[in-house]
Amino acid sequence: MTSMSAIDTASLSGTAAPLVTFRGVRKSFGALEVLKGIDLTVAPGQVVALIGRSGSGKSTALRCINALEPISAGELEVCGYSLHRPGVDLRALRQEVGIVFQSYNLFPHLTVKQNVTLAPRKVRKLNRDQARELASEVLAQVGLGDRMDAYPEQLSGGQQQRVAIARSLAMRPKLMLFDEVTSALDPELTGEVLRVIGKLAAGGMTMVLVTHEMAFARQVADQVVYMHQGKVWEQGSGKMLANPQTDELRQFVGSGL
Amino acid sequence: MLGLTPEQLQFLLQGTGWTLLLSLMGFVGGTVIGLPVALARSAKSRWLRRISSLYVQFVQGVPLPVIMFVVYFGVSIYGFSVSALVAAAIAMTLYSSAYLGEIWKGCLMAVPKTQREAAECLALSAPQQFIYVILPQALRIAIPPTVGFLVQIVKNSSYSVVIGFFDLTYSAKVLNNATFTPFAIFTIAAALYFAICFPLSLFACRFERKLARSAA
Amino acid sequence: MAYTFDFSFIGSFSAEIWSGIRLTIWLTLLTILPGFALGTACAVARMNGPRWLRWIVTGYIEGIRNTPLVIQVFWLFFGLAVLGARIGPFPAAVIALVINTGAYSAEIMRAGFQSIPKGELEAGECLALSRWQMFWSIQLPQAAERVYPALISQFILMMLATSIMSQISVEELTGVGYQIQSITFRGFDVYVVIALVYLALATGLRLLLHFVARGSFPRLRRLGTPL
Ligand SMILES: Nc1ncnc2c1ncn2[C@@H]1O[C@H](COP(=O)(O)OP(=O)(O)O)[C@@H](O)[C@H]1O
Ligand SMILES: [Mg+2]
Repeated sequence: MTSMSAIDTASLSGTAAPLVTFRGVRKSFGALEVLKGIDLTVAPGQVVALIGRSGSGKSTALRCINALEPISAGELEVCGYSLHRPGVDLRALRQEVGIVFQSYNLFPHLTVKQNVTLAPRKVRKLNRDQARELASEVLAQVGLGDRMDAYPEQLSGGQQQRVAIARSLAMRPKLMLFDEVTSALDPELTGEVLRVIGKLAAGGMTMVLVTHEMAFARQVADQVVYMHQGKVWEQGSGKMLANPQTDELRQFVGSGL
Repeated sequence: MLGLTPEQLQFLLQGTGWTLLLSLMGFVGGTVIGLPVALARSAKSRWLRRISSLYVQFVQGVPLPVIMFVVYFGVSIYGFSVSALVAAAIAMTLYSSAYLGEIWKGCLMAVPKTQREAAECLALSAPQQFIYVILPQALRIAIPPTVGFLVQIVKNSSYSVVIGFFDLTYSAKVLNNATFTPFAIFTIAAALYFAICFPLSLFACRFERKLARSAA
Repeated sequence: MAYTFDFSFIGSFSAEIWSGIRLTIWLTLLTILPGFALGTACAVARMNGPRWLRWIVTGYIEGIRNTPLVIQVFWLFFGLAVLGARIGPFPAAVIALVINTGAYSAEIMRAGFQSIPKGELEAGECLALSRWQMFWSIQLPQAAERVYPALISQFILMMLATSIMSQISVEELTGVGYQIQSITFRGFDVYVVIALVYLALATGLRLLLHFVARGSFPRLRRLGTPL
């Protein structure tokens, strides 16, 4: 991918505008306030890991980034779109932001190749040959170049999740979001998915990932964000996990590992 | 109502009575024959399963009006001059038994296998297993589709019009021939059918939702 | 009592019987696709439409499902004629059958649509697919794939239901049978044969529809899973 190197230099120079900026973002479901003023930036090429207890608002924060959840207050800029303003072109936004869910959400009636090429063909209007080429490229990236014609149900959970990653990559996103993508997997399948994500990170992809894998977070993330009760409680480099400043993070790290 | 005289309305209501009677006969007959069909469809013996399945496929592959004709002409060749009611009731019985048998077979099969195994472990005999363990559970899930099929019985009893049975549909047809006010007559006839069928549909739907909730 | 069948009428009325069979097949084929399309549209409207539309569609579905087809046909054919909208018997029969098929297919397809996990639609949304693209590429094929056995049964019931159309002088197979028996006075023989013909038609239609399903749903063809 040629565009990758451009992002790389931009992030190294440190001058590029952030891809994601949260400014005092709040989000409520009815009376329940789930995000209570989030401030956060993600620079191009950066890997941000969101950690925290279940229910602390990690998924909600992630889902706000590609506007699956509208925010209630504050400002949120993603890839140049101001999500706090009305009239955002959501389909344009989502061509720049890929997301992978815990539950894969592959289309079961389509083959692996069709899953991967559906959106590029319909949205980006690639022709059959271009789509085929794209599919083999992104599937090779996730190590599934040989399963193009399988149906999801014929694959293991780890393989399905890797197809889901490839499906997002096929849209050539600037930013990838991962929401606990290994939580539904057996430990032996977790590794293969994490390796794919690690490789993407090393390749310079900007990403925000929610994860329970502390070792992995420490290893790939430039920035670790600990969320607690709808707030960013503590953030820093991966080293922060070895030296927590707050009792909450200390407890979390202690119990989690 | 809608330009119909009270006498004409009463004529339609009389037809409605016959429709209800025919439906009832069809349901009772369908139950009497449908139960053994359901048992045979879910029996251990392959022959029983095969024969009953043939019966069901046969009845379900022939239109009810044709069944009506076959019975109507069939019974009369043996010299009985049967009334349209008897012929229609026999035809409705055949028809209902095949569908009810199939529905109930599904309900019997829907009781988890482990239930039978558990009953067997309690040293219940095969009939005891069936009566005390399988049947009560199957009956419960059978209620919504059975009531739902009652709607089919009431509606499809209208096919007896082809052999001239004086049900609601035939009454409406006759009345229309006399008065030529088809819009009013068939609207009222439809409303009468609806008044019988819709409550049954509603009940079946509600009960099914209740079952689904209690299962969840 | 021995009864001797006399099937000689088959030879002497073969032209009539064929024309009856052809008409039955036409009625069925003209009904299935428009009925399915109407039903799908109604299922979507009942799930996603504005409130007023949901009310109308629900009224239509329940109204049709709780009244007999014969009455609907009489109403359409005789009733509308009096109101000045005269339609021929054959169009009236097709319209009644389509309206009927639509109401039943709507409920079947609704179950199909509702069985699709929400996460899949979210995934489609996140891939920037438009609602229309999502409907055509994800929802419709999956819903149809899940409920196709019920649809096939329903379409066969509709084929059988065409047998009532001789009531408005559309001389399909059953109606032809009636004419033959009124000439030969061999009603039993005639209708036994007619019953067998319907049985063959039902079997043929079932085979055809399964064939169509296998063609339409590649996963079914490859994996043989009905889900
Ligand atoms: N769609 C929703 N409607 C109502 N409450 C929600 C919804 N989504 C999430 N919540 C609530 O928001 C809180 C945070 O959820 P979530 O962001 O999923 O946390 P996490 O991903 O950190 O486990 C939880 O209490 C959850 O019940
Ligand atoms: Mg979560």
